[in-house]
Amino acid sequence: MNTELTGVIFTYLLTLAIAIPLGVYIARMFRGDKTWLDFMAPLERFIFRFSGIDTKKEMNWKQHMFALLTINSVWLFYAFFCLLFQAHLPLNPDGNPNQTPDLAFNTAISFLVNCNLQDYSGESGATYFTQHFVIMFLQFVSAATGIAALFVLFKAFRDKVTDKLGNFWDFFVKSITRILLPLSVVTAIILAFNGTPTSYKGKDSFITLQGDTAHVSRGPAAAMIAIKHIGTNGGGWFGANSAHPLENPNYLTNTTELVAQVIIPIALVFALGFYLNKKKFAYVMFGVMTLGMLMLLIPTMNAEISGSPAIAKMGISQPTGAMEGKEVRFGPANTAYWNIVTTIISTGSVNSMHDSAMPVSGFMMMMAMMTNCFYGGCGVGILNFYIFIVIAVFISGLMVGRTPEFFGRKIEAREMKIASIIALLHPFIILVGTAVSSYVLVHMPNADWAVKPSSWLNNPGYHGFSEMLYQYTSSAANNGSGFEGLGDNNVFWNVSAGFVLLLGRFLPIIGPVAIAGILANKKFIPESAGTLKSDTSTFGIMVFAVILIVAALSFFPALALGPIAEHFSLK
Amino acid sequence: MKTYLLPSLKLTVILLVILAGIYPLAIAAVGKLTPGHGDGQTIQYKGRTVGYANIGQKFTKDEYFWSRPSAVDYHADGSGGSNKGPSNPDYLKDVEKRIQDFMKHNPGVSRAEIPAELVTASGSGLDPDLSPAGAKVQVARIAHIRGISAERINNIVDAATEKPLLGLFGPAKVNVLKLNLALDQLKAKN
Repeated sequence: MNTELTGVIFTYLLTLAIAIPLGVYIARMFRGDKTWLDFMAPLERFIFRFSGIDTKKEMNWKQHMFALLTINSVWLFYAFFCLLFQAHLPLNPDGNPNQTPDLAFNTAISFLVNCNLQDYSGESGATYFTQHFVIMFLQFVSAATGIAALFVLFKAFRDKVTDKLGNFWDFFVKSITRILLPLSVVTAIILAFNGTPTSYKGKDSFITLQGDTAHVSRGPAAAMIAIKHIGTNGGGWFGANSAHPLENPNYLTNTTELVAQVIIPIALVFALGFYLNKKKFAYVMFGVMTLGMLMLLIPTMNAEISGSPAIAKMGISQPTGAMEGKEVRFGPANTAYWNIVTTIISTGSVNSMHDSAMPVSGFMMMMAMMTNCFYGGCGVGILNFYIFIVIAVFISGLMVGRTPEFFGRKIEAREMKIASIIALLHPFIILVGTAVSSYVLVHMPNADWAVKPSSWLNNPGYHGFSEMLYQYTSSAANNGSGFEGLGDNNVFWNVSAGFVLLLGRFLPIIGPVAIAGILANKKFIPESAGTLKSDTSTFGIMVFAVILIVAALSFFPALALGPIAEHFSLK
Repeated sequence: MKTYLLPSLKLTVILLVILAGIYPLAIAAVGKLTPGHGDGQTIQYKGRTVGYANIGQKFTKDEYFWSRPSAVDYHADGSGGSNKGPSNPDYLKDVEKRIQDFMKHNPGVSRAEIPAELVTASGSGLDPDLSPAGAKVQVARIAHIRGISAERINNIVDAATEKPLLGLFGPAKVNVLKLNLALDQLKAKN
């Protein structure tokens, strides 16, 4: 057991050791200082010239959002039609069929919004063409979209009254050429040398040692698995995602994938501090996020290492913890760490089946996605966190009777309205979705649909409810992991989750950028004795309390019906 | 909208070429240099491919070390777990059935000696490994059937046990395919 704990600690320390210098690098790159990736400049110039883009034209926040939404719409249509006709497109050695319209709708949105919820299995539901030209492509550009939106925020935070916030295309392309692509190349090479396939050969078959015939799905997976983690996407090449022994062959690749998915979210926190020269503020933010992570992680590790009480009752020994849905090569401590990492930062890749995790872990994973701002996804994590900061500033302002200010700007009614709507949107879409699906399940279990509601759930009782709650939570948080027992490849789930995905992505990007854009245009008030300091631990605690109250408590009744009830009934 | 649409289309085209075309081809070229040449590492025995090093396969015969239960019956073209929740009564019945089956084939083994991974399904359905304890608990059965001393079989389990990464990080494990190959080779030497 000790080597398992040291493995987790080592992984986290390695993450920090890479993320902090990466944060310095991102700040330098964004400021326009010299970096060792400047050799990418000719490629960028070529991309801009080809696309007819003048990066010197600065945009205000609305123009940024128009550009973002336009290019995202292009990708949505492109992805939908490719998936719909994938059987007729090239690179389909396994002869996989077209996706149905509802599945293509769900898949296209899911990857567009950086969620990567998968209602299909990679082995049979996608072709090599769609895996690369739709899914992997969207994994790059959706992550870059999030980072570019965050860069707008960075610009808006400066001590300067302006509506000129840089150029969206510039931010977007450089996020790819200077951050995502180089890191993906390194990660993919590590994976390839540890046994993840890279070739375009289709399925293989052989006779096993004891004489059975076995078929093995393969394919050029390493490239995609790299960006799947670097871009906090999470959609896997194979159905079992990173539990699959080709997608994640050993402990070293597991560590690589764990580190890869957290470095950009953490680096961006530090990049903000270095870029704005507000290091202390970045440390406070990092502290709050890390505290949140630990509060989710420790109970999960404890539950998974202790094992299942129901299995213990049968007299079975669980020296390696709860093993249903887990892989021997990772062990329970590391799997628990992955469970939490993948849910706090909206990756949603899995190295175990979350549906089979202990109820305490299920609770913590859902809570991680419900708060959705402890480190958070590429770019969007800090955008979410910013909403909570605005609310915390406002509440603390009221408490001490001063005008709420953040980074030298007054926060007034309009900004607060936007922040409140965004903060409430998340619980709203999750709880309404779960309520509607529960209603359908109870009142029309035998509806004459292709998949009857009565056969949606893979588990009875409280756990079945958790499956539905988890699905909408994962969709709204753009996470993408699932309680995969849920029969989700049908019209009801594909379509309803598809809309939750869209709402859960674009409004939480537009809201914070709008607030920052409006604030940047306001008069700058220099710090005085009366200013609420945002770089103190007191303020950190305040933000944490707001997250706890707004995000966590709104979900408590639903969680009580799912994982909490299951926990107390499991003996 | 028009100001943004044309650049969006062109940018999409050029990025598709770079990210979905050139990038994976470059990785595929590097993959050629890796041990499995990018096709996945296979294991050869007596002149034929008997499996992939990393992918678990079904071992249900008593003369071999059993691999873990699999929700997809080790179909490596459709991976997946059982997705059974810990409180599911049908699932708990399945586990109980596996325990009794294991005890029937391994007389003399008590419940407390059976590690959980032998009666629970893995996440991928293709788990290639067992914990060392999961292999050792099967030694008596195999020794009896193959007529080889338990001590020699224990030795090959020890030899096949892979230590944690750098001896420091992660669990120890035994690759079931490699272990069973060693077992067959042991017989061949006799």
